[in-house]
Amino acid sequence: MSLKARRTMIAYSFLTIPLLFFLCIRIFPTVYAFSMSFSPQYGGSFTLENYVKLWHDQVFWKSVWNTCKYVFITVPVQMAIGLLIAIAIERVRHFRWIYRMIYFLPYITSIVAVSWVWRLMFDPNVGFLNEFIGWFGIPPQNWLSDPKESLFCVCTVMIWQSMGFSMLIFMAGLKAVPKQYIEAAQMDGAGTWKWFWKITFPLLNPTIVFLAVTGVIQSLQTFTQIQNLTAGSGSSAGGPLNSTISIVVYMYKNAFQDFNMQYASAVAVVLFIIILLVTLLQLKILNRNFDY
Amino acid sequence: MKRRLFSMVVVFMIIALLALTGCSNTKSAGNDSDVTITYWQYTFPAKVTEIKSLIKKFEAENPHIKVVAQDFPYDQYNQKVSAAMHAGKGPDILNLYYGWLPQYVKQGYLQPIPQDFMSTADIEKKYIPMIQASKIDDQYYTLPIAVRSLALFWNKELFKKAGLDPDTPPKTWDELIAYAKKLTIRKDNGKLEQEGFAWDVNGQGYHAFEEVLLRQWGIEPFSEDGKEVQWNSDPAGLDAFTYWINMNKKDKIGEPNFLTDYNTAFKAGKAGMIIDGSFDIAAIKEAAKFNWGVATLPVKAEGGLEANFGSFWTNGIAKGVKGERLKAAEKFLDFLTSEETQTDWLKNVGELPASASFANDDSINNDPIYGPFVQGLQHAHATFFVDEAKERDSMSAQIDKILLNNEPIDKTFESLVKEQQQIRDDYFNNQ
Repeated sequence: MSLKARRTMIAYSFLTIPLLFFLCIRIFPTVYAFSMSFSPQYGGSFTLENYVKLWHDQVFWKSVWNTCKYVFITVPVQMAIGLLIAIAIERVRHFRWIYRMIYFLPYITSIVAVSWVWRLMFDPNVGFLNEFIGWFGIPPQNWLSDPKESLFCVCTVMIWQSMGFSMLIFMAGLKAVPKQYIEAAQMDGAGTWKWFWKITFPLLNPTIVFLAVTGVIQSLQTFTQIQNLTAGSGSSAGGPLNSTISIVVYMYKNAFQDFNMQYASAVAVVLFIIILLVTLLQLKILNRNFDY
Repeated sequence: MKRRLFSMVVVFMIIALLALTGCSNTKSAGNDSDVTITYWQYTFPAKVTEIKSLIKKFEAENPHIKVVAQDFPYDQYNQKVSAAMHAGKGPDILNLYYGWLPQYVKQGYLQPIPQDFMSTADIEKKYIPMIQASKIDDQYYTLPIAVRSLALFWNKELFKKAGLDPDTPPKTWDELIAYAKKLTIRKDNGKLEQEGFAWDVNGQGYHAFEEVLLRQWGIEPFSEDGKEVQWNSDPAGLDAFTYWINMNKKDKIGEPNFLTDYNTAFKAGKAGMIIDGSFDIAAIKEAAKFNWGVATLPVKAEGGLEANFGSFWTNGIAKGVKGERLKAAEKFLDFLTSEETQTDWLKNVGELPASASFANDDSINNDPIYGPFVQGLQHAHATFFVDEAKERDSMSAQIDKILLNNEPIDKTFESLVKEQQQIRDDYFNNQ
């Protein structure tokens, strides 16, 4: 065996382990879930019954609709706030790192801990928020226990937590915008508003694409916040009255509360398809090139 | 190029082979006669400590058997069991709530208690009749150590502050509501500062409705074979439901989520009364820094029918356990359900002995704390659940409709009964 061949062999043998690992814990379960979604709950061969049931399942459609709401509410808002903070911090001259740290802290804090702190603040009887709005004469709200408000409460927590991440990425994006373009525009007499929209914003496009794609995938998979804000003390996640249920939560409930792994797999497959389509669509729409 | 590909495949196969042999690790090292069995339960601190000390005792008596106890948080317990069983990595003996039993049996997690170990007749002779709720297809799959019933806990200090006699708990539901109104304190914005009675659905509330209120209003909640939901067999069923819902909706004596849940509110000294099980005695003893008492559950009218909800956690042998391991599991189960263990269990965990032989034990019956629970046990019914989690979920969702969306009580009651019936139909039709 030549030296080259031996080297290649060593390289491949090292690669085998992660590859095997990847096959065992990623690919195999995925394929298994696909096959499970086509089998009935109590033994039997190939069937489409899980998907037929899914099609007529109101709670499932509610979870799909709620997931859409999570995406459309949280992603734009957290990006907008993140961009605003990033621009504001850019202007700061001293102790920039302090502001950066303060806004980034929520993102690196455990989601479970954050959710529970918010849960306590949302408490209708002893929570801080009702106390706070009471100072302005606003009547107390039921927050998480009111089906009309609960979804927005969960969104608030999600936005609050992930805007720091958007901010950090936007700050890096802003740094990459060439100064000479802005200087040139200023010389041509463009106002702040104009150079932001005509120069900075288009040049931030890759950053926006990245944040939109990751943000959408993340909010499509929302689980931890919902679980920790709404479940516990006997009531199950996604309540009250399924007002906060997301696809992932519904999948979890089917798999581990009703023990219907097959049906849960069907939900997982649908979620997989949704995420795939949304991501392809996003890359296509948002990834336009800007030439100057 | 071809050679390289070939060598690549060879290397890949060798490594795959190595990895596979690595997976099938050699089991039970050591002495041939040594058997290791695993016991799973959920993380209930008092039980975890108790099981640990019991295992020590058992292992001293049976030096060739090793018992490994593992526990998992309540919220994840079913998930853990389900995942492990599907992967063939489950325990040998597992502890489960009797309400989950039909699901566990249907999923094929358990094997029936071997007849040569303890026959069905022996089981029914040994235990109090309540445990017959865990009989499925004329077979027992599990054996309990202890049983629980419900009772009324009241905070004597809050009673005194509200101008009530701290030593007289309410005897009827009407009295309970009247007392609770005096005990309820609200802030300026209308929110609760202290609740009179910790009304809830998810804790013990729905059991109290199904087995206590319905029966006292003259309704047998389920048909004998468990197939029929009979709540609306008579208008009195709706009356009982309305009476119960109105404790929250009209009388406003408590809210389910006040201070996260009913027993937290009580332990914090912010709830005048709660209905809770004997399993919480230890926790309340430790956390409640005030004078409290325990009384039997209220009745509809003085001298009226007493009723109670009994429940239990129980131990089953996993399907597929056989040979030496099965013998060891039987031995451990026998040890767990012995009268000696039951006495120990009462002392350390607070659950009442499940053996019929304890019925006339005065040291338990006359205890000021355990007494009311033992009395309650005489009138206790264990609901035959087909899917405890689903039944509870349906109950709490329908009641949310009334409380949060202001839907009419009578119509919601009808749809609730229908939904509960559907869950039973689904179960029995799929058998």
